[in-house]
Amino acid sequence: MKNKKMTAGELYRKYGIVVIMIILFILSAIINHNFLKPQNLINILKQISVVTIIACGETMLIVSGMIDLSAGFLCTTAACFSAGILSATGNLPLAAVVGILIGCACGWINGFLITHFKLQPFIATLAMTYVLQGIVQLYTNGQTIGGVGEARWLGQGSVLGIPVPVIIMILMVVIIAILMKKTRFGTSIYAIGGNEKAAIASGINTRRTKRIIFTLSGALTGLAGVVLMARLMAGMPSVGDGYEFDAITAVVVGGTSFLGGIGTVTGALVGSIIIGLINNILNLLHVSTQYQLIVKGVLIAVAVIIDIKTKENKKSQ
Amino acid sequence: MEQKALVELRDIRKEFPGVLALDHVNMTIRSGSIHALVGENGAGKSTLMKILSGSYTNYGGQILCDGEEIHLKSEKDAFRYGISIVAQELNYVEEMTIAENLFLGREPLKKGGVFLDKADRLEKTRALLEMMGLDYDPNAKMGNLSVAQRQMIEILKSLSRNSRIIIMDEPTSALTNVETELFFQKVRELRDKGIAFVFISHRLEEIFQLCDEYTVLRDGKWIGSGKISEVDTDRLISMMVGRDIQDIYPPLPHAMPEPAVTVTGLCGGAFQDVSFEIHKGEIFGLAGMMGAGRSEIARAIFGMDPIYAGTVTVGDKTIGSHTVKEGIRSGIAMVTEDRRTYGLVGVLSIRDNIRIPNGDLFTRYGFWNTKLVNDRVGEICKQLSVKAPNADTKVENLSGGNQQKVVLSKWLVRNVRLLILDEPTRGIDVGAKEEIYRLIAQLAENGMAILLISSDMPEVLSMSHRVGVVSRGKICGILDHDEATQNKVMKMIVEAKA
Repeated sequence: MKNKKMTAGELYRKYGIVVIMIILFILSAIINHNFLKPQNLINILKQISVVTIIACGETMLIVSGMIDLSAGFLCTTAACFSAGILSATGNLPLAAVVGILIGCACGWINGFLITHFKLQPFIATLAMTYVLQGIVQLYTNGQTIGGVGEARWLGQGSVLGIPVPVIIMILMVVIIAILMKKTRFGTSIYAIGGNEKAAIASGINTRRTKRIIFTLSGALTGLAGVVLMARLMAGMPSVGDGYEFDAITAVVVGGTSFLGGIGTVTGALVGSIIIGLINNILNLLHVSTQYQLIVKGVLIAVAVIIDIKTKENKKSQ
Repeated sequence: MEQKALVELRDIRKEFPGVLALDHVNMTIRSGSIHALVGENGAGKSTLMKILSGSYTNYGGQILCDGEEIHLKSEKDAFRYGISIVAQELNYVEEMTIAENLFLGREPLKKGGVFLDKADRLEKTRALLEMMGLDYDPNAKMGNLSVAQRQMIEILKSLSRNSRIIIMDEPTSALTNVETELFFQKVRELRDKGIAFVFISHRLEEIFQLCDEYTVLRDGKWIGSGKISEVDTDRLISMMVGRDIQDIYPPLPHAMPEPAVTVTGLCGGAFQDVSFEIHKGEIFGLAGMMGAGRSEIARAIFGMDPIYAGTVTVGDKTIGSHTVKEGIRSGIAMVTEDRRTYGLVGVLSIRDNIRIPNGDLFTRYGFWNTKLVNDRVGEICKQLSVKAPNADTKVENLSGGNQQKVVLSKWLVRNVRLLILDEPTRGIDVGAKEEIYRLIAQLAENGMAILLISSDMPEVLSMSHRVGVVSRGKICGILDHDEATQNKVMKMIVEAKA
């Protein structure tokens, strides 16, 4: 029976990216002797932590057929506000909670615009991007907010040799993976992305579910902003710009389909690691950022081409 | 007189990785003849037609066109030989007009070859419409036409390419009886002008109404060909299925005296003042034209459409306007008309599809009880004999019949009091249809109330204890099983309209 045979595309979705990651890892180790140093490997994970946390939310959104373009500036907004509060009060938990709540609120507004006024997620979150950009400029006056020494442990500390941002990242990936695979809410995410009408006809409150997805994704982005602030020991008004695309790249490279209904958050983690590996090895080889950007672009195109080819194979059967 | 053979397919073989889809298949298509290609799902009909229309270029065997061997390289190549296909899913741009769609990609140009010659396009479209005796406005948007009208436009497109052979894959699956009759009339007119048709349909009575010849495929093998006038339904079915089938409709079990569902004075967007009662173990049919409001009544009862007035009582619970979730909780389940749009999430597994509406049964604090899900899914799939490698199989990889069984499964794991079936056998082959009929009868015997909607008149008349005839959003009469005939139903519809 043909169902038993997995197509190349399905194989890629299941194992391919892991294989690509391992190949890249081995290649990097051969190319540069500094690569395998534990400090370098830990650095790679540290560097991808913020984007991966955002990618957790983006995965839920893309699997359910939506997208959030405002994630980059939302991350910046959360970083700046939490920095402001931390420098004013010295209270890290309070600063973190405020950062996450800002994320929740903006995510909920995005979700509300989309479900209540039927805006396209692309448009609603694009609008949100501009608003947040303005808010960040107003709040920071274009200046970096410093004086956040209390965030040192969160950004620079480590437990059993693993940096705290990496622990937070892994925790989030595990939580969202469980949420998506083991809960009713997670199955609803896949159902909405796979066939929204069928989801409605199965009794799923799709509008509420979409708002929850956006709110959750906003919370993750807010958390990413707090981690970012702690890593940089400052709230910088332009730092998170473009993170939404890095996160989306990780999600897509990780095998999530833009058509909805297919994808995993562990895939997004692997996608993120692949991008981190490529950036790292290019850095070690002293390749300039310009070339790194080109490589990233090609990578997205290749991932999506494979995605489309998978679909074509299926159709011709 | 023997008509001229336009195309001969000889010993066609086609292999997909791991599957022999066609095994030495023969078929002769003659001008001025409508050739039925029949077989169950997966028999190889579509594959054969894809070879004939140039989509699959890699095959064994010969295609002879006017006695000469040809090898089609593409669909465009097939057009050159006058072969075109009207696919099951029509290809058109909703936002464009009839004229724009007809000449899409080959628009007439003004001298100089840069600018569109819209006047010429309109003129040509008018001529084509006139030739077919259709009074459509060439400037009407495709999206505003009925399915039947779109189907005719698709055939016009083939004709405008000077097609001599038109392949039609399930053209009537979305048409009402009246539309089908009109459509057939046009097809016959074209046949009499010498056009050859290949007609694929699951509705055997249509094949006998329309076709001149037949070819039967089973499991990729050629089983037989001949004149339609020389076979009967039973013979054709046994050729398709490979065994004898006496009567595809099972005997109806006895309904129980206590009522299960009462619908009182229901009003909604497309229907008014609908009242009926369904007893436990009773199958209540809704017959009528497409667009009469049958599906809308069912959708409102289920909770997909709002109810303006009136109530639905299931067991001891009476509800007015409600959500799907509330409908499901009250014991109502619905197998919707359009499986792919409303019934299933194609990219998800059988397991996921079955558990999606059953979160209340299978979750605790929001987490799936994986063992319970797997047990129940396994049980129900076995009970309905869903054919699939395992529960992780994506439903889009299943045949139509098996997909329908998955839709039924997702409801039958619940304690359903009222099961609404809207066109449950559309696009499903005979073997699977028989299974579904037996299942319906068995569910009724277990005490479930069933609301059956079907455009297939013999089906709804044979499978229902009572039939409500719907016309213009109203139930204009209810007939008992013994007195319900097609004539009576049609008469009621006509009288209600007058």
